[in-house]
Amino acid sequence: MLHGYLPAILGGLLLTLQIAAASLCVACVLGMLGAVAKLSQSRVARVLADVYTTLIRGVPDLVLMLLTFYGGQALVNWIVQKMGGDYVDIDPFIAGTLTVGFIFGAYLTETFRGAILAVPRGQIEAGYAYGMSFARTFWQITLPQLVRHALPGFVNNWLVMVKATALVSIIGLDDMVHRAGLATAATREPFTFYGAIAIIYLLITSVSLAVLWQVEQRFSRGVRKALA
Amino acid sequence: MMSSFKSVARIIGLLAGLSLTAQASAQAPDWKKIRVAVEGNYPPFSVMSPDGKLGGFDIDIARALCVEMKAECTLVQQEWDGMIPAMNVKKFDMIVASMTITDERKKAVDFSDPYYDVPSRWVAKTGLFKDVAPASLKGKKIAVLRNSPRAKYVAENYKGVDVLEVAKETDVYLELLAGRADIGIGSSVVSGEALLKKPEGKAYQQVGPVVNIGAGSGVGIAVRKEDAVLRDKINVALKGIRANGNYKKLADKYFDFDVSGQSK
Repeated sequence: MLHGYLPAILGGLLLTLQIAAASLCVACVLGMLGAVAKLSQSRVARVLADVYTTLIRGVPDLVLMLLTFYGGQALVNWIVQKMGGDYVDIDPFIAGTLTVGFIFGAYLTETFRGAILAVPRGQIEAGYAYGMSFARTFWQITLPQLVRHALPGFVNNWLVMVKATALVSIIGLDDMVHRAGLATAATREPFTFYGAIAIIYLLITSVSLAVLWQVEQRFSRGVRKALA
Repeated sequence: MMSSFKSVARIIGLLAGLSLTAQASAQAPDWKKIRVAVEGNYPPFSVMSPDGKLGGFDIDIARALCVEMKAECTLVQQEWDGMIPAMNVKKFDMIVASMTITDERKKAVDFSDPYYDVPSRWVAKTGLFKDVAPASLKGKKIAVLRNSPRAKYVAENYKGVDVLEVAKETDVYLELLAGRADIGIGSSVVSGEALLKKPEGKAYQQVGPVVNIGAGSGVGIAVRKEDAVLRDKINVALKGIRANGNYKKLADKYFDFDVSGQSK
């Protein structure tokens, strides 16, 4: 199948999924930090978070990726050279993951911020009134509702992010898009290979949608839906 | 504010220091370990096989050079776009990717001696021409790519012969097939792929030996400007594999004409 290039393409798929999963972790952590910072009492934290989201959301992903990849490496080289070293190699997987995670952390910051705000303040206060600790209130009252509010935006961001991983091939990662490009060069059949990976991307996003729909159902227990 | 900046700088420095010890300046400039950037989109010079492995003339040359330099090489596969900037931030140390030596690129990197140069060749219907002496071509029509070094070569050496200048290299062969020209001069690689190796090109052949018109400066291996030592090592190794016959063995695997770029 695919002139024997199917295993090579699937090998690329593995890398694509790894990057997507790793980036999602980075993005969730950054998004949560960003959301908390935006809602915090500290002015410095709020300004930092604002700068972060404004900057990232205003610059194309591709430009950011090139900036981090080349600029980040140049910066590290410069620092290391100042310290008398020679060079430090930034692994492209780490660079790619951090960049994608950094970008989508900004989007998730907004998603999470909205979700936190959507939890009625009174419920949190009620938790404290019952003598629950901050951690327990967050865990049992804020978080479950936060997840429900965050999920629709989160699903959107995840879908966009899976597709954004297609950009990592430009920074030297051998992902599915890159493999398809190489197979195209070898066989001169662009449609075959780009068509095949388009279907694979569609499969990934369809499966994600199905899974996340289940999650959404679970977190929406006890919420009455309007009749259609 | 200043002190917080300092502490941030200290933390970054610490982190960099940590990873530095991990890498322990693997790259002492003795070039025992070299990271070589290759491509994969340019058959037959570099191409991925169905099992995901890279092969091709560039890849073979890179491996042969590493053996000759007694260096332990890691092949890094890199997209063509951005290869030079990536090397200049030290993501790898040399580029073996069919990179033509140009003045523009020389501003950013240094090049080794050319490791190949695709020569030109004449093609025409089999038996139509015995040789390509200007006298033999009198009264015939030459097809050539316009604004190219080859067009210049034809204009200078074949004064008085009719010339049909075309817009694309592949048009040279289309014009031949259409009978609008009698003989064409073009790249040895393209003329093979677009005419001689095709069914419709069966009745055509190369006329005379390949021609090194010395227009381009060939294809070289790029290194960072500050790495003159590495460049010299590569040049020595190139001479080495040419002398011991490895170069010819590899070239013969891919080409039915001389790509060495060295006139005989």
